[in-house]
Amino acid sequence: MSELSVKHLLGIKYITEDDIQLIFETADHFKEVISRPIKKVPSLRDITIANLFFENSTRTRLSFELAEKRLSADVINFSAASSSVKKGETLIDTVNNILSMKVDMVVMRHPNPGAGVFLSKHVDASIVNAGDGAHEHPTQALLDCYSIREKLGDVAGKKVVIVGDILHSRVALSNIFALQKLGAEVKVCGPKTLIPKYIESLSVTFEPNLKKALQWCDVANMLRVQNERMDISYFPTTREYTQQFGLNKAMLNSLDKEIVVMHPGPINRGVEITSDVADSKQAIILDQVQNGVAIRMAVLYLLASKIQHHED
Amino acid sequence: MYPEYNSDLSMGQKVLLNATEVQIALHRLACQLIENHDTFSETVFIGIQPRGVFLAERLKQLLETEYKIKNVRLGYLDITFYRDDFRRSGKPLEANTTSIDFIVEDKKVVFIDDVLYTGRSIRSALTAIQSFGRPLEIELLTLIDRRFSRHLPIQPDYRGRQVDAIGNEKVKVCWQENEGEDAVYLVKS
Repeated sequence: MSELSVKHLLGIKYITEDDIQLIFETADHFKEVISRPIKKVPSLRDITIANLFFENSTRTRLSFELAEKRLSADVINFSAASSSVKKGETLIDTVNNILSMKVDMVVMRHPNPGAGVFLSKHVDASIVNAGDGAHEHPTQALLDCYSIREKLGDVAGKKVVIVGDILHSRVALSNIFALQKLGAEVKVCGPKTLIPKYIESLSVTFEPNLKKALQWCDVANMLRVQNERMDISYFPTTREYTQQFGLNKAMLNSLDKEIVVMHPGPINRGVEITSDVADSKQAIILDQVQNGVAIRMAVLYLLASKIQHHED
Repeated sequence: MYPEYNSDLSMGQKVLLNATEVQIALHRLACQLIENHDTFSETVFIGIQPRGVFLAERLKQLLETEYKIKNVRLGYLDITFYRDDFRRSGKPLEANTTSIDFIVEDKKVVFIDDVLYTGRSIRSALTAIQSFGRPLEIELLTLIDRRFSRHLPIQPDYRGRQVDAIGNEKVKVCWQENEGEDAVYLVKS
């Protein structure tokens, strides 16, 4: 097994456990590369990648851009705020215009779920989904699982609780798929209003009590409350949310074991997680960010190797 | 690995070096290295992944046990991400581990690989090693030098045996620790 089974990375749902393991093994090599004095390899020097961000992003965009540059790809950036999208151009037209400039791969974030899948059916380039609405954020799930593997040795057999806004979270959905494919057990915890009704159909159990959930788990992934995606009120006040589902040091210390704390960022300090927890030794939040570059290098490298080379 | 190697036997292959000849070549290479590198205090060995590491480990071991040269520094360099045939060869390129736990800046580097053929791997290695600093000089040691098959102007500084092999012939280097014997074969495909 040295090749991905897919041409695009649209979601964890569409890839196999073998694909994930191959991405991890390749990321191990890239992690070594980015620890060298010169952190760049020439692998993708004849590949052009367009980063299309139809939605705001700091971490993911920078991480992808850094990964692309460390692989020596040519990079063009596009953000919807300053583009012809505002003038009424359709997604396919926008992308086809960019592709006619000989772009080989597209990294796209889009507010609509399924935008990546839709695009992959209409254009030739290899598509990497960098987040599509509340659907999937595959590279985040890969780097989360990779960080667990790095910290705990393996993902299989581990118990992971995802806490917070599961309903609006593409990170939660991708994480559930990835963790389950790798053999971990997943629970979700949060206000009932922010838990999707279909959650049990994914073989994920719901635990309304944070303390019980933490006592059960090896890893707690604390998600951000996505106020920007909430059209109505899902819980009375932020203060009440924090009291019930916020993770603080006292809660962490009251457990009879040491758990690993993760957060996909950006953190609302004092809401879902307090500063002393975010900055504690148990939190691997910055390791997640660091691993993100290696994971994205691996994904881009493996997908690029499937692009046919043309002499022209 | 072993059964596959056995099946090659039936396809008609010629022994280029037997176990004794491999030993003699290794000793000669070790002596030539000593002539040029004296105590090896400023010298580092870089085994080119994947096949060069067996030869590099052998030479290091030989220098340490037979010639009493201590602390020969050895690193492994993987050139996968530096190759010039990415997306051009039929099968995907699989990476190996790079492990260089010393600084190559201002050191005399000796690249060690089993077979020198087109020279493209060594070209990639020359680029790759720069990520670890600026060496004082780089030399190349190969057990087998396939003459008349170079695509690039790269020649070895130390060679075990020079071989004339035509296009569809393959040189196969076997090591005791991997294939169960020390030998070099010319395989007709």
